[in-house]
Amino acid sequence: MRNVYVIGVGMTPIREHWDKSLRNLLAEAIARSADDAGISLRDIESIYVGNMSSGYLQGQEHIGALVATQLGLIGVPACKIEAACASGGMAFHQAFLSVASGMYDCVVASGVEKMTDAITPDVTVALIMADDQEYVANYGATFVSLNALVYRYYMEKYNVKQEDIALFPVHCHRYAQNNPYAQYRRAVSLEDVLKSPLIADPIRLLESAPIGDGAASIVLCSENFIREKGLSPEVLVQVAASAAATDTLSIHEREDISTLTASIKASRKAYEMAKVEPNDIDVLEVHDAFSILGILHLEDLGFAEKGKGTVLVKEGELEVGGKIPTNLFGGLKARGHPVGATGIYQIAEVFLQLTGRAGKSQVDGATVGMAQNVGGVGSTVVVNILKRVR
Amino acid sequence: MIVESVPRVWREKKYKYRLIGSRCKSCGSTFFPPKAACKKCGSRDLEEIELPKRGKIITYTVVRSPPRGFEYLVPYVIAIVELEDGTRVLTQITDVNPEEVKTGMQVEAVFRKLKEQSRSGIIEYGIKFRPIR
Amino acid sequence: MKPLNDVSISGYGAYVPVYRIKAEEIARVWGKLHRKLPITEKSVPGPDEDSITMSVEAAKYAIARAKINPQDIKAIYVGSESHPYAVKPSATVIAEAIGMPRDIIAIDMEFACRAGTTAMQSIVALVASGMIKYGIAIGVDTAQGRPGDELEFTAAAGAAAYILGNGKDGIAILEGSTSYVTDTPDFWRREGETYPRHFFRFTGEPAYFHHIINAVNMLMEELGLKPSDFKYAVFHQPNYKFPLSVGKRLGFSIDQLKPGILSNIIGNTYAASSIMGFAAVLDIAKPDDRILVASFGSGAGSDAFSFIVTDLIEERRSLAPSLNELIARKRYVDYAFYAKYRGKIKVN
Repeated sequence: MRNVYVIGVGMTPIREHWDKSLRNLLAEAIARSADDAGISLRDIESIYVGNMSSGYLQGQEHIGALVATQLGLIGVPACKIEAACASGGMAFHQAFLSVASGMYDCVVASGVEKMTDAITPDVTVALIMADDQEYVANYGATFVSLNALVYRYYMEKYNVKQEDIALFPVHCHRYAQNNPYAQYRRAVSLEDVLKSPLIADPIRLLESAPIGDGAASIVLCSENFIREKGLSPEVLVQVAASAAATDTLSIHEREDISTLTASIKASRKAYEMAKVEPNDIDVLEVHDAFSILGILHLEDLGFAEKGKGTVLVKEGELEVGGKIPTNLFGGLKARGHPVGATGIYQIAEVFLQLTGRAGKSQVDGATVGMAQNVGGVGSTVVVNILKRVR
Repeated sequence: MIVESVPRVWREKKYKYRLIGSRCKSCGSTFFPPKAACKKCGSRDLEEIELPKRGKIITYTVVRSPPRGFEYLVPYVIAIVELEDGTRVLTQITDVNPEEVKTGMQVEAVFRKLKEQSRSGIIEYGIKFRPIR
Repeated sequence: MKPLNDVSISGYGAYVPVYRIKAEEIARVWGKLHRKLPITEKSVPGPDEDSITMSVEAAKYAIARAKINPQDIKAIYVGSESHPYAVKPSATVIAEAIGMPRDIIAIDMEFACRAGTTAMQSIVALVASGMIKYGIAIGVDTAQGRPGDELEFTAAAGAAAYILGNGKDGIAILEGSTSYVTDTPDFWRREGETYPRHFFRFTGEPAYFHHIINAVNMLMEELGLKPSDFKYAVFHQPNYKFPLSVGKRLGFSIDQLKPGILSNIIGNTYAASSIMGFAAVLDIAKPDDRILVASFGSGAGSDAFSFIVTDLIEERRSLAPSLNELIARKRYVDYAFYAKYRGKIKVN
């Protein structure tokens, strides 16, 4: 396998883009990433698009060909990669493999989701498609409710209080203030979170990632490409690891409802591939679709013991100066979660940290960054690790 | 709403009406819904088995923001029930006020309407659980 | 009518939903009637219940008491005026849900509140003829009460199922039955209409009383019986007064009538009405008790039966919850929830 490098990223702000369609958002993100990488759109040899619900919400499939056409890239291979909310991370994984294998020298891993084309009850129908339509969705279970089951189970098993778990979104909002692309750029207090309306007990509104539109894109390439194009990035970032794993589609089929074994498997594979340990990670992006997941991920990825994830938050270890700076662009909760795009936003944010472009959220000297993207309630987990090599 | 389909529902109704899952003939593990191969031992020799109709609530939640089609039931209880043989199922708890539900509550299976595929469409039935009094 | 071969009840089951609304609560919304409220409270089906789901519950209890394999039940007749589909039988869904096989006779029936007992008459005939060994007859309804109408006070929901088998080895043996039918439009619902209509006092003397009195007198004459030969007499119960009144007129005492009257606390369960009363009586009856059951269905007709309880009753009835146990599990709803659950609020 060849080395693979990330040379540019592009993002759209995340919000209700009433004036932009799916194709506009995606084309914009890809174009920005090409500009950021200092390449022409015509250098792109393959396009991977992470997306979950274009068929259901927009009635549009084949969005690979759609965006290639939108960008005038006739002939360029393109496809949609779908793994529920892990679509973005998985698109990156496929893009990585396509360069590592020697097949392509320059590709784009992108993601897009246009969620505000539908009203909430219909978006809710779209999101539960991440779980079993026949045996779970048929009960009116919502994606939030499935996470709520995990939340309650976790609290009772480890005797952890909601007040501590709810600190995670408070942390995320604080850092989103520094992120111009974030959907919500104001701080919230613990009281705000605990007083917000219940969506599925015990999960409250301010513990849940919002619905929003966005697209992000990353340019990956080979060493050959950098040399042949005469590119000389100041900072060279390599994809040190890209690993994925699945767990049962539905949580009721798991041994331990409070552990996402796919996180454990994917991260251990990634650590081995990158030849690092959790201690070596300088910046971390975890998939906090809900407050409880933020806590769970810290544990399952190896940064805290089971049941002790909240200690990291309480002791400030997730802050810029802490042991494991996490979600410094707002995470899913505050930066936003346009489902299929999230995985790409996360990796792009890690890239910005490693290239010193994280502004007020910068972790000085960040060399190794990790992004974890999750589909369903941990039914797919993709872990990507980037390393600054020069 | 997703595409209304009669065959999709008709095909699976045996499993939903009577809580029929899979049992691995090699290692005895049971699964619901039915599977093609055993996740414990890998065997593809699985048989259909009617699961026990009583169990206890392992964890639960109350849905307050419903998907389209479930507005009339809000607030409703979604729970994971562990049946007497250890098999776990995801289900709705009915005939109960959400405030009364507790982890560990003993429940029994009942045959109920799950949803209507629109006012003129077919009715989907299945198993829910209610507290054992 | 006496079947050529013996037919007995192998198992029985009855079901009532948990929700109740008080007649007073309905009166609060629509104004009190100028006379006494016809019952105290009635049952309300939950939002996930219908005639099919309630039938499954009752049938499962009947199977438990009959101690037979549902694969041996070869006929299912379901009587109701609130089948969930106008076209597509309830019988087949119920048959699948309770584990019946495919080589069965299955049909839905309608004759207002006597559909359940007419289903029983038909199953008796199938069993007695030797065509089948066991059959199940179900009477069920989620009656729709027209808002503001006096029948809204009583239109309720419930189900009762009876498995009949050949021979005398059941819990109650059929002595004989009669049917009395005329074309009397006392209460009706036209195709496509949501709520039925009725002609108030005309539903009394020329309908309810005339048909039941004739059917029961015919039965007693044919079997050579008089009221004192019966331990219990159970009648169709559209309210609390009617069954007491018709019973008294036929010569039965209050002690014979009371145990079979549930309408005061669950309302009029239409096609299930008389046979739910019968189930309540079977829950307490002793061996050798003779029980009269007479239904009345608008349109109009009455089926009357005489059963004699056997020794098996004591050991079998405890295999499923008694109807009074189920009735005791109640939760009150107000008129708003009642209207929501019964689909009376226009959302589309």
